[in-house]
Amino acid sequence: MASLSIESLRKSYGSVEIIKGVDLTITDGEFVVFVGPSGCGKSTLLRMIAGLEEITSGELKIGGTVVNDLAPKERGIAMVFQSYALYPHKTVYDNMAFGLQIAKVDKAEIDAKVRDAARILKMEHLLDRRPNQLSGGQRQRVAIGRAIVRNPQVFLFDEPLSNLDAALRVTMRAELAKLHRDLGATMIYVTHDQVEAMTLADTIVVFEGGVIRQAGSPLELYHQPRNTFVAGFIGSPKMNLLPVTVVAATADSVTVAAPWMTAHLTVPVEPGRLAPGSAATLGIRPEHMAAGSETGLITGQVTLVERLGHQTIVEVAAGEGAGVTALIDGTRMTAVGSTLPLTFSGDDVHLFDADGVAAVRLKVPEIARARRERPAA
Amino acid sequence: MITRSERLVILTLALVVVLTVLAPLALMVATSLKGDENRILLDIGSLAAFWVNPLEAEWTNYAQVLASQTQPFLRFLFNSVFVVGWIVVVGIFVNSAAAFALSRLRFRGRNLVLAVVVALIIIPMEALAIPLLLMVNRVGWLDTYQAQIVPFIAHPFSIFLFYQFFAKLPKDIDEAAYVEGATPAQVYWKIALPLSGPVIATVAILQSLEYWNAYLWPLMVTRGPEVRPVSLALAQFFGTPPPTWGDLMAFSVMMSLPILVLYLAFQRWFIQSVVASAVK
Ligand SMILES: Nc1ncnc2c1ncn2[C@@H]1O[C@H](COP(=O)(O)OP(=O)(O)O)[C@@H](O)[C@H]1O
Ligand SMILES: [Mg+2]
Repeated sequence: MASLSIESLRKSYGSVEIIKGVDLTITDGEFVVFVGPSGCGKSTLLRMIAGLEEITSGELKIGGTVVNDLAPKERGIAMVFQSYALYPHKTVYDNMAFGLQIAKVDKAEIDAKVRDAARILKMEHLLDRRPNQLSGGQRQRVAIGRAIVRNPQVFLFDEPLSNLDAALRVTMRAELAKLHRDLGATMIYVTHDQVEAMTLADTIVVFEGGVIRQAGSPLELYHQPRNTFVAGFIGSPKMNLLPVTVVAATADSVTVAAPWMTAHLTVPVEPGRLAPGSAATLGIRPEHMAAGSETGLITGQVTLVERLGHQTIVEVAAGEGAGVTALIDGTRMTAVGSTLPLTFSGDDVHLFDADGVAAVRLKVPEIARARRERPAA
Repeated sequence: MITRSERLVILTLALVVVLTVLAPLALMVATSLKGDENRILLDIGSLAAFWVNPLEAEWTNYAQVLASQTQPFLRFLFNSVFVVGWIVVVGIFVNSAAAFALSRLRFRGRNLVLAVVVALIIIPMEALAIPLLLMVNRVGWLDTYQAQIVPFIAHPFSIFLFYQFFAKLPKDIDEAAYVEGATPAQVYWKIALPLSGPVIATVAILQSLEYWNAYLWPLMVTRGPEVRPVSLALAQFFGTPPPTWGDLMAFSVMMSLPILVLYLAFQRWFIQSVVASAVK
C-alpha cells in the first residue's frame, strides 16, 4: 500500500497536449475514481501512472519515490484492463501465476497465492479453464485475481466493468467495494459511469479536456460542485442550468430573477463576484423540484413524461426555449400538454457566475463534509 | 435454401474439379505400379492409363529406384528433408521474431523495413539467383547444405503473415504482461509465439512446399549427389535416356509422399487460418 503524488503532470503526443498539468495527492488506502467524458485523458493519466505511457513533464511519486523513469514492474502497481487482457492460451491458474513465474517466485508460494486469490474471488473451481470457456464476469474476476496475487501497492482499473451487462455490473461493483475494504489497498479507478463513481469512491476526480475540474468526496461534488461542468456531470438526471440576473446581493445571500421564474429567489451563498445586475447561472437539480398545487416558481407546459414508478421525470417548457427537467412524485397526475407548476427552495439551488464558477453555498447538508469511514488497516 | 437441382449442379461441378485434380495423380500412381514398360506404353492414350489392376500391381519400379547406385534416392530424400527441415524450423523463429519486432517494438525506420519486407514478397527467386550465387561462391559454400538453407530462412511472406497476426493481437495483452514484469523477449516467447499456432502451420506448409520443389537454386549450387535434393534429382533422372516411365513415376510418388504427410498433419490448422484470415 502506498500514497501517490502527482505534480504538474503533462503529456503530449507530438504537438497535441492531452494531459495539461494535473496535481493530485492520493493517500494510502484511498479509493480514487477518475471520471469525465470520453477522450478527456483519464486512461492516458492512468497509463502514465502505470508506466505504459511516458511522462512528458511533471513528477509522479508512489510511496514517496519518484517513479517517472521506472518500468511498470518496478512501480509496485497492478492494472486491470477494460478488455481484461487475459492470456488466451493459458489456464486461469497460469494467467494468475504468470507474473509471479516471471519474477521466479518459489512454486509453492505461487500456488498458495493463486489459490488464496481464487478463494477471495470465489473461482477455485475455474482454475483449469481457459479464458474462452469463461463468461464475461468470470473473465473480469480472473483479471482482478491476476492483480491481487502480485500484492501491489496500487491497483489501477481502466473501466473494468464497462463490458459487463447491467446486472453483473451492479454485483461486481459491490464486490470491488468489498475487495477494497478487505485489502485496504490504494485503488485508482477510471470510469465514465457516475453511479460507479458515486458508489465506489472515497474521492472522485472529475476531468475535462486534460485538466481536473474538481476533486472531492462524492457528496461534496454533489452538494458543492465548483463549476457548471461538475454540476452538470455529477447527478442524474442532469442538473438544470438556467440563466438568471442578480437583483440584490448581501453578505450571505444573493437574490436573482428571470423571465421564466414567477418570483424572485433568494439563495444563501457568498456573493463573490455576483453583483446586482450581473448575469449568472442558476443550477437546480431535478430531484430538488416538486410539483406545486396552484402556483409555482416555474409554470409551463409539460413536454415529456417518463414514469419510473416511485418517481416521474417531467420536462416543462419554461419561458422561451428553456426546458426544465424535474423529478416529481410518481403518483402525481400529469400528462404531456398539461400545465404544471414547479416549486423549489433557494436552499437547494446552486449559483454560478458568468464564468461558470460556483458561489460558495452557505447551507450545505452536513453529510457533504463527512469523509467515508474506513476500517483501520 | 438450395433446391435439389441446384444441389445436383453443385455436386457435378465439384466432381469435375476433383477428377481434374486427381487424374494426374491417378496416372502417376497407376503407372508406378505397372512393372511392364510395354504395358505402360500400351495403356497410355486410353483410360487404362489411370488404373492398375490391384492383382497385377508390382513394386518392381520402386525397388529399382531405391536400388539405383548412380541415383541414390534415399540420399536425395534425406537431403531434401534436411534442407527443408532446417529452413522451416529456424524460419519459424526468425520470421516470427522479425514480425514481432515490426509489429510491437518502436524503433527508427520501422515502417521502412516493413515496406521493404512487403516489397520483397513480389521479387522472384530467379531475379536474385545470380547475385546470391556470387555471394555463396565467395564464402565457399558451393555444394553444401548451408548454401541451400541459410539464404532462405528469412522469408518475407512468412514475416508478413506473422506480422498480420501479431498486428491483430490486442496490445492490452502485451501491456498486461509488461505490467507484470515481462520483458519484450518474454512477451514474444511466452505469449505471442504460443498463440501463433495457425500461422506457424501455414508458414510451415508454404515454405516446405516452396523449397521441397526448388529446382533452379539447387541446380546452381550443387554438383554431386551428396547434397542434392530430390526435386533436382527427379529432373535429372528424367533427363537420363531412355525414360523408363515406371521408374520415373515411382520416383515421383515417393518424392510426393513426405510433403503430403506434412500437409495432412497440419491441414486442420492450415485451413483454419486460411478461413480465419478470410472472415476477419
Ligand atoms: N497514442 C496516442 N497518440 C495520439 N493521441 C492519443 C493517443 N492515445 C490517446 N490519444 C488521445 O488522447 C485523448 C485522451 O484519450 P484517453 O486518455 O483514452 O481518453 P479517456 O480514457 O478519458 O476516454 C484522446 O483524444 C485520444 O485521441
Ligand atoms: Mg479510456
